[in-house]
Amino acid sequence: MSGTHDDALISRQVRRLETLLEDRGVVVGTALDEMLDAFLSGATPLNGARVVARAWTDPAYKERLLADGTTAVTELGFSAGGVQPQRLRVVENTARTHNVVVCTLCSCYPVRLLGPSPSWYKSEAYRSRVVREPLEVLREFGVELPSSVDVTVWDSSAETRYLVLPLRPAGTEALTERELASLVTRNALIGTGVL
Amino acid sequence: MTDRYRPGAHVRTVRHDPPHHTRLPRYARGKHGVVVEPEGRHPLADVRSQGRDDAPVEQVYAVRFAARELWGEGDHHVVLDLWESYLEWEDGAS
Repeated sequence: MSGTHDDALISRQVRRLETLLEDRGVVVGTALDEMLDAFLSGATPLNGARVVARAWTDPAYKERLLADGTTAVTELGFSAGGVQPQRLRVVENTARTHNVVVCTLCSCYPVRLLGPSPSWYKSEAYRSRVVREPLEVLREFGVELPSSVDVTVWDSSAETRYLVLPLRPAGTEALTERELASLVTRNALIGTGVL
Repeated sequence: MTDRYRPGAHVRTVRHDPPHHTRLPRYARGKHGVVVEPEGRHPLADVRSQGRDDAPVEQVYAVRFAARELWGEGDHHVVLDLWESYLEWEDGAS
């Protein structure tokens, strides 16, 4: 069962709900486990990193990715979607702009492209603070941005998920797409890290 | 049905405080913002979350707010996905 939540209360609530669904015959046997396994198999930040590396090396792909992320990631064999259709919006960091992703109402997150979300992403502290004082929160993540950089915080929803296209590090011109992908961190894809 | 708001439209969020689920966060109620783009049509979460099957399908918009408008301070921006019925024209026109 989905007992991997860090928080004991939500974990108990989820288990209770699962038990009720099974008792009443809404779900049978291991159906939930199988569904979760299928959903999470291959869900890793390496997927997001591959999307970023392709965008860095292929300007036409980057253009398609920024115009329609949902369709562009399918070119690499990924889907943005979960149980219901979801739109993927890719937001690009530049020398002048920095983007950060949050979900203040719950914890919406592009799981297929980033893997299961880190526990801090679901914490009330992150969710309530990053929309209000992103520079301070970023500093706590070790990110110091010049004051000339405009920061935009994207508050996700169940309908649209966000992926940050980080700024390509300087001096990486000779690297292959695969090598570039290995530089991309999960936090950079959320916007709480830079490369 | 055509979308009511185009990218660049100056809008104000409604001040509703419903006794049920809503996707208009409290911090962004009654605030001025600018439409970034339409994001697609979806059943209104406020109605669907009550277990009703008559949720109106509305356009959802990405709307950009200045931090100063939301919090009275700060130089950043916050972008939120908001259903059409959460929005009004800035000048109060319908």
